[in-house]
This record gives sequence, C-alpha cells and structure tokens, in this order.
Amino acid sequence: MDLLDYAFMQRALLAAVLVGITAPAVGIYLVQRRQALMGDGIGHVAMTGVGLGFLLSASPVWMATAVSVLGAVIMELIRWYGKTRGDLALAMLFYGGMAGGVMFINLAPGGSNANLTSYLFGSLSTVSESDVTAICLLAAFVVLVTLGLRRQLFAVSQDEEFARVTGLPVRALNLLTAVTAAVTVTVAMRVVGLLLVSALMVVPVAAAQQLSRSFAATFAIAVAIGISVTVGGTVTSYYQDVPPGATIVLLTIAVFIALSVAATPLARRRARALAAAQPAGDPAECTIPATRGASDEVGV
Amino acid sequence: MDANAEPVIALRGVRADLGSRPVLRGIDLTVHRGEVVALLGANGSGKSTAVRSVIGQVAIHAGEIDLFGTPRRSFRDWARVGYVPQRTTAAGGVPATVTEIVSSGRLSRTRFGVFRTADRRAVRHALELVGMADRAKDNVDALSGGQHQRVLIARALAAEPELLIMDEPMAGVDLASQEVLAHTLKDQVAAGTTVLLVLHELGPLEPLIDRAVVLRDGCVLHDGPPTPAVGQHALPGHDHVHPHAPAGAEPIRTGLLS
Repeated sequence: MDLLDYAFMQRALLAAVLVGITAPAVGIYLVQRRQALMGDGIGHVAMTGVGLGFLLSASPVWMATAVSVLGAVIMELIRWYGKTRGDLALAMLFYGGMAGGVMFINLAPGGSNANLTSYLFGSLSTVSESDVTAICLLAAFVVLVTLGLRRQLFAVSQDEEFARVTGLPVRALNLLTAVTAAVTVTVAMRVVGLLLVSALMVVPVAAAQQLSRSFAATFAIAVAIGISVTVGGTVTSYYQDVPPGATIVLLTIAVFIALSVAATPLARRRARALAAAQPAGDPAECTIPATRGASDEVGV
Repeated sequence: MDANAEPVIALRGVRADLGSRPVLRGIDLTVHRGEVVALLGANGSGKSTAVRSVIGQVAIHAGEIDLFGTPRRSFRDWARVGYVPQRTTAAGGVPATVTEIVSSGRLSRTRFGVFRTADRRAVRHALELVGMADRAKDNVDALSGGQHQRVLIARALAAEPELLIMDEPMAGVDLASQEVLAHTLKDQVAAGTTVLLVLHELGPLEPLIDRAVVLRDGCVLHDGPPTPAVGQHALPGHDHVHPHAPAGAEPIRTGLLS
C-alpha cells in the first residue's frame, strides 16, 4: 500500500484508528443516558479552547482539552442544580463557546476563520507529530475509563437512583463520564472536526443496536464500526479528493442504514423464536394499571 | 444490648417537602430485624416518599433516620440494603441483557467492580430465585412487565442484602409473576431478611406481612397487624372498583368471580 509510505498518512491513519475506538466507546454511555447530543455541545465549547490556543500561541489540542473539560464539568453541574432552567443555561454555554472561539481566533495575530475551519471539519493531513502524541495519551485515558469502569458506568447510566442506593459514587462517575466525553471530542477534533464529532459518538452505537441484544455486544460492534469507518474514510479521502471528516460521517450513516435494513429479517426471526419458546395457551398478561384514581380504600 | 434488638430502620419525626407541599409531616416508623412491614396508603399519602427518604433519595428537613443503628448520613454499608424501585417504562438507550442488569446489583459486593466466580454465581442464583435464569441472555426490552419486575428484584437480591426495600413491587405485574414474587419473598423472609415494602393493597403478600403501617396525608394513621380484608375483598381476584375513577370508567374486572 503506497499510502503508508507517507509519514503524514501514517499519522492520519493512527489518529483515525484511535478516534474510531474512543468516540463510540464514550458515546455508548451518552446514548444509554439519553444524552446523545452532549458531544455536540462539548464540540461547541471546545471552539473557545482552539481560539485561545491560537491567541496564546499554545497547542490548540491541549487548550481545547482544557476548555472542553471545564465546559463538560459545568454542564454536569448545571444538570445537578439547574433543574428547569438547565436547558437554557446549556444553550448559553454552547453558543457562548462557539462565539468565543470565533472571537479569540480573530484576535490572534494573523488568525482568521480559515484557521478555525480545519478544526471545525477536521484536517487529517495536517496532523502533526505533537498532535499524534496528544491524541495517543488522551485516547489511552478514554480507553482506560470506558473499559476499566464499564460495570460502574453501565450501572450509573442505566439507573442512576439504583446506582446511588448501591453506594456507587454517582456524582464522581457522572463527572468522569463528562470529562471523558470532553477528552474524546478533542481526540476526534483533528480527524472529523468539532461539528461532526458527535456523529461518530452516536451513529456507530445506533448502528450496532440494530444487531445486538446486549450492552457488551453493542460496545464491541460499535467500536468495530467506528474503526472501519474512520480508516475507510481516511483511505477514501487519500485516493479521492474528498474531505475525510464528511466522508467518515456519511460512511457511518450508510452503515447504519445498511444494518437497519439487514436487521429487519433478523428481528422477525427472533420474535418468532421467542413466540415459539412461550408455552402454548399462555394467557395474555393481566396487568393492573400503574396510575389509579385516588382512593382511600386500601386493604386495611 | 442485644444486637438483634436494634432496629434495622428507625424514623423519628421525619418531615419532608416536595416543592412547597409538605409530604411527610412527622413520621415515626421502626422496622426490627426479620420483620416484614407494609406501607399502605392512597396515592399522595407519602408512602413512596417515606421509603425514598430511608434510602436517601429524598431530602428530609426535620427528624432522624437510622439504618442498622447508624445515622443515614454516615451510613455507607449499602451492600446490606437491596432496593427495588417502582417499575418505570423508562429504560436505557442501549440494549442490555437480564444478566447485565442484575450484575449491577452485585457491584456493591465487589472491589472496584471486578467480578469473581462467586459474584457470577450470586447473579445466577438471584436469577434462579425469581425464575428468570432461562432468560439470562435475553434483552430486557423483550420482557413483559411482570418479568421485568422480577429482574429488578433479582438485581436487589444479587448483593444478598439483609434488608429489602421495595416500592410497589406488584404494580403492573401479571398474576403468574405475582405468585413467583410472593414465593421469592417468602423464601427471603424465611432466611431472615427484613422487608419494608410499599403496597397499594395487601394482595397475595398478605400472609407474609407482620405489620401494616397506613399513611394518610403524610401522617401515620395505623401501625399494627394487618387487618384482613373482608367480604368480597377477601377473595382472590375480586373486582377493583375505584370510587374516584372517572364516571363511566370500566372497573378492572379480573373475571375470576363471575
């Protein structure tokens, strides 16, 4: 393969594989908690970090990490204390983050929105040695958390109240999830771009769900899909002159559609197997409605 | 003092508000080791809030709560408590198997969430107790309401708790599952487990219950042996006629008495 002869392609492919692993690995917990769009919000906040990186002549990747981690922690705090006004506060955080990014990058000497574009939509071919080092370190952190604490994160994401009663440090685990999601956003930023990060966190999980019945299988299939599409998209963008970020996201959606279509007969077969497993003549369930009229007639 | 004489749960003068509305207005409740106590009352009487205050999910603004003789605020030994929440239709956004759900209940007995053979065996055993071992690898979304409730009870039993706290375990549960649940609970009680449960009516659990505490408007109305149901209500499968149901609403007819 001639594309491996180029150092920039080696770096790009390494970054692509790491993003393919980490984005679905965090995304599955966000989907389980029904916070599928959290990655999108963090992506907006991370723009301020990129802008600050340019303004302060610091590494945009590390600045984006710092700012998006801070943003994710604030989002988690708003979720605890915000209650009814929470969504408005989150909206302000997202748009403030985006506007801050545009502002800072234009204040930076020689900076313009053009610099921002490579972070918004990804720019694999410009991934530098130091970017790769940062991406490797951050990806290692994400894998450690999402695999090492999978049972705890599963419990908290599935049923937060029950997790609290089993004595799990729920607040700490929620914060850790938010921080890990923020780190993943910055890992994926150079590959698919801040505006498309969320797609890679959510769509492979949605695609995997078409085939799986268990959380463990969903996790494995989502990561496999993630790696396939990031590598596939990167290679495609090398041979055809197409932007890698958009290629990767469109590929992921194509996988989702293909699996959805393929899964329909599978689901039907499973339903038939389940119906056959039920003993014949099993009476239809007689349920008592959960909501009842007010009544003092209790059995006393 | 005899360790067994120490109450497992003790509430003294507990008050709690939801918003500005007082829900508990000074509740006293003691549950001793090995007792099975049912909390009864109409909707809005505060029975769920009382239970949720025991497990620390509702903030109280007056009174004291002790668990196993320790003030609830400093109680950390949550593996001794098995909690079965009111069954909700809300589920996670990702498929999960019965075993995966029940394993969550075992976490409190593990170190850093690492499962050993004994932990896997305990999860398996909990599933056998509720008769769901043959569905271990199925997606929980494929289960009926009653089966789902059995899974939530298995999750609580997986930690082998000394105290079981259940919020309306029979709500929305089919008759077959109700019998399985009553049987499971009977075995747990026989093994010495203490039980506090919220019920809408005594129903099939009646023979197990040592004491019924009836709440009304956030106050304890009755605390003593359960009064057996009389007349038609004493018969299994009686019709549920709710006097405040909307006019013309069809009473829930089980069809067993007609």
